[in-house]
Amino acid sequence: MPGPLGKDLLGLAPLSADQIRLVLDTAVPFREISERTIKKVPTLRGATIVNLFFEASTRTRISFEFAEKRLSADTVNVAAAGSSVSKGETLVDTARNLEAMKIDMVVIRHSASGAARFLAERIESNVINAGDGTNEHPTQGLLDMLTLRDRFGDLAGRKICIVGDVLHSRVARSNIWGLTKLGAEVAVCGPRSLLPNAIEEMGVTVFDRIEQAIEWADALNVLRLQLERMQAGYIPSLREYNRVFGVTSARLEQAPRDLLILHPGPMNRGVEIDSDVADGPHSVILDQVTNGVAVRMAVLYLLAGGKPELAEAAKKGNA
Amino acid sequence: MAHPIGTRDLLIKGGRIIDPSQGLDAVGDVLLRNGQVEACGGSLGTPDGAEVIDATGLVVAPGFIDVHVHLREPGREDVETVASGAHSAVAGGITAVCGMPNTKPVTDNQAVVSFVKRQGENAGYARVYPYGAISVGQKGETLAEIAEMVGAGAVAFSDDGKPVESAQLMRTALEYARAFNVPIAEHCEDMTLARGGSMNEGIMSAKLGLKGIPAEAEEIYVIRDILLAKRTGGHIHLCHLSTKGSVELVRWGKERGINVTAEVCSHHISLTEDAVDGYNTNAKMNPPLRTAEDVEALQQGVADGTIDLLVTDHAPHHYDEKEREFADAPNGIVGLETALGVNCTYLLHRGIITLSQLVDAMSCKQAKIFRLPGGSLARGGLADVTIFDPNRQWTCDPTRFKSKGRNTPYGGHTFTGQALHTIVGGRLVFSA
Repeated sequence: MPGPLGKDLLGLAPLSADQIRLVLDTAVPFREISERTIKKVPTLRGATIVNLFFEASTRTRISFEFAEKRLSADTVNVAAAGSSVSKGETLVDTARNLEAMKIDMVVIRHSASGAARFLAERIESNVINAGDGTNEHPTQGLLDMLTLRDRFGDLAGRKICIVGDVLHSRVARSNIWGLTKLGAEVAVCGPRSLLPNAIEEMGVTVFDRIEQAIEWADALNVLRLQLERMQAGYIPSLREYNRVFGVTSARLEQAPRDLLILHPGPMNRGVEIDSDVADGPHSVILDQVTNGVAVRMAVLYLLAGGKPELAEAAKKGNA
Repeated sequence: MAHPIGTRDLLIKGGRIIDPSQGLDAVGDVLLRNGQVEACGGSLGTPDGAEVIDATGLVVAPGFIDVHVHLREPGREDVETVASGAHSAVAGGITAVCGMPNTKPVTDNQAVVSFVKRQGENAGYARVYPYGAISVGQKGETLAEIAEMVGAGAVAFSDDGKPVESAQLMRTALEYARAFNVPIAEHCEDMTLARGGSMNEGIMSAKLGLKGIPAEAEEIYVIRDILLAKRTGGHIHLCHLSTKGSVELVRWGKERGINVTAEVCSHHISLTEDAVDGYNTNAKMNPPLRTAEDVEALQQGVADGTIDLLVTDHAPHHYDEKEREFADAPNGIVGLETALGVNCTYLLHRGIITLSQLVDAMSCKQAKIFRLPGGSLARGGLADVTIFDPNRQWTCDPTRFKSKGRNTPYGGHTFTGQALHTIVGGRLVFSA
């Protein structure tokens, strides 16, 4: 029977504001489990989860794995290299084979936009999108929102600017969908060559100058600038990027208020963000990582049919 | 050998004959004999032994032609053959098709041209007129043997599937082909802008996180080729136009008397990029589905004659090739069996074009622009006839297609307008 999120978590675009709040609210009690000496509750005992990673990932994969293990699920990790995928098996065949082994959930990371949805439409197991191409990375969006909410309380009316390569960023899309649903104002700032040119139609403001973004925002979510973008000719050089769009302490000192600094990682220190900002007092980058495990536990719990009101009890090992 | 012809007289009685090639729109009879039109119009007696089709309440038109289809043979006979494609054509009321040369091996020499043509004659459904490639192997480097291929039956030349990237090669092709009076047909796409893209660039691509193909990727080639046609006096035919800007550029060229003709696919006058939502690979094609503004401009282009022809770009794929991640799925849809329904529903019944214009764009002008026989029911013409009911409703069920392809975005759609009898060479080759 589908839980309050439905069968799958494919993105934040399909979720309602209430569903997003539910995940965030459910994550709070789960966060405490990770603070214990024995970081384990029996909530998902007997459930089988496959972490299907067609793309390299360290942080997200480990975070999911911790979330699963702390809920006592049995997990299997499949990486593209060394699996049948490298022998040319199609995604649909991989999915059917997994399904035939009677699994309960699949966490998928894939380079193609829409891959998680594709899988979800073809198997009965719950599917969690751990990043599909340049579409969405919903658990990242959720953990970013939980981190913002920890500091701001209500997100309504808060101003969040996403900085950098929005064009190729699934994190940016999940943030835009999620934050706007919770009533936050969202802006993007970056080289125009790295912003979709229809971005304003998604209801966001565009800043061409990082200085304007800093003056406007309550928080910056700074995206990783991938070296490949420079090689593909989207920007002239990483050095120039840092000079024009880099989030530096000198720039932040000009801000009318303290800004919260988020970064989904992995960081390129000295490119999109300077070290003294990343390590500075307003950085919540490591809080994001901590929240990541809690948010993923909440998602696993809710998709497995867990009752939101019992999350507190689940924490005690009674549900 | 030649395409088979009917051995008995065939009399089509009491239909509304619409034949813009003769300015004809009147109720009357058509008599076909020995593969030719024996008489057209008025009330004709039934010759001894003649087969009779009662066309009362139906439209009788010169057989529809589609100058842009992919028959996949040789090379991908698992996906479509010349025979299955030609069968699919007649099931959609189409009596002749031009097969694109992106086969394996590429149709870039007289041997493959002859093979494709012969396969069409052997099948005996729609007539099959092969395209030849502009360049050897469609590699865009050296001109293929155009004269020899014309001799073997090629009716036009294209590297369709790919653009001719070198402006110099396109210029040469336009000049060289003049002597043989054949069109050069271009797939307009600037690959430096389009590469890696899988749908229209716009709000939907921004939302779905898919790399977009901007309208300008097409339009840059449209204007380049129009200017080269102006320079050379060659005949440029622009394939599957998809944008408002392209329509405006073709209009600009025609106003200046440049030898440019253009076609649009049924899907581009009926669907928008919204069909891609949900990563629907059956809505993935190249050029991609564009915006409502583009659809409207293309419809207007057909109405005012800027766009000459309604085609399909029939592109069968195996179902499991489409059953995959959007960016990796192949481009194209099957179209031969839905074209008339789509065109009637989205153009005729919305009052954008008249029945005469529909027949002109699906038949007469196809023959005229590609210098093909047919496209007319005048006495002595080919006995290729499409009998259709523009008001008949039907629902698209891809499992019933004669094509081997099932890749269509129209499954379950209801259309108004259907071909009921298809006659090729005086032979009834399909009845609904």
